[in-house]
Amino acid sequence: MTRAVHWLLPHPLLTILLALVWVLLQNKITAGMAVFGLILGIIIPRATAIWWPDRPKGIRMGKMIAYSVIVMWDIVVANIQVAWIVLTVPNAKLKPAWIVVPLELIQPEAITVLAGTITLTPGTVSADLSDEGHSLLVHVLHTDDPEAVRDEIKIRYERRLKEIFP
Amino acid sequence: MSAEIIGNYATAIFLLIGSGFALVGVIGLLKFNDPMTRLHAPTKVGTVGIGMLLLASIVHSVVLGETSIHETLIMAFLFVTAPISANFIAKVNIHKRNCETPPTPPRDDTWSTLNSPDEEPLDPT
Repeated sequence: MTRAVHWLLPHPLLTILLALVWVLLQNKITAGMAVFGLILGIIIPRATAIWWPDRPKGIRMGKMIAYSVIVMWDIVVANIQVAWIVLTVPNAKLKPAWIVVPLELIQPEAITVLAGTITLTPGTVSADLSDEGHSLLVHVLHTDDPEAVRDEIKIRYERRLKEIFP
Repeated sequence: MSAEIIGNYATAIFLLIGSGFALVGVIGLLKFNDPMTRLHAPTKVGTVGIGMLLLASIVHSVVLGETSIHETLIMAFLFVTAPISANFIAKVNIHKRNCETPPTPPRDDTWSTLNSPDEEPLDPT
């Protein structure tokens, strides 16, 4: 029985996500569309299963949601800070800097989420990964203390991502 | 004040905030003179600017009585794709050397963008 369920639903979260996206695309909730979305959500993960052989297992969804809320809040706060920098700091006084974030994360998915988070938070853009994936190159728009920015990224985001991706 | 009036005011306020952030993003794009700092301006428009406009759209549709929430999908797709385009622009800047040279990574040899045979070494010393 479990094997049959696993065969039918190799990726239950993707199934739910696809059904949800389908219903949202229709922009109205009807039973027929929900069922069709579920059918798509079963067919697509089965058809694409060979392309994600080493996907991370056991992602903690609760912590993922908490992380998303924190990131949303940080985006809003950082937006106001960066808008202030754009409007008030003249070009000559701007102190852009490269910072190198040494990574403790190993999974590519976790590093992708971290890099995406850094880019979405205004004021920092993740630019590159070192050739063996041990550190992340981040560009900061304006900072007096690059090491503080690096420590904040490590404490605020990377530590949480390490808990999400065990 | 009826709910409709409050909704209309909320729509207007969200539109103003959204377009304000878009304006700041454009000012940043024009003002900064280095390709890497200029890259920071669009990330702002792509998040709060668009987010507020979409929120205004949702509130307006609720006020009209035709609730529409597929704006959240636009937001989700933007959040997934925006970092990738920013990353590509940053990589092009590093490649063409029209920004300060990045510091060498502590544990590995070089950055993956610079790790190609025809590229000069980052730090010859």
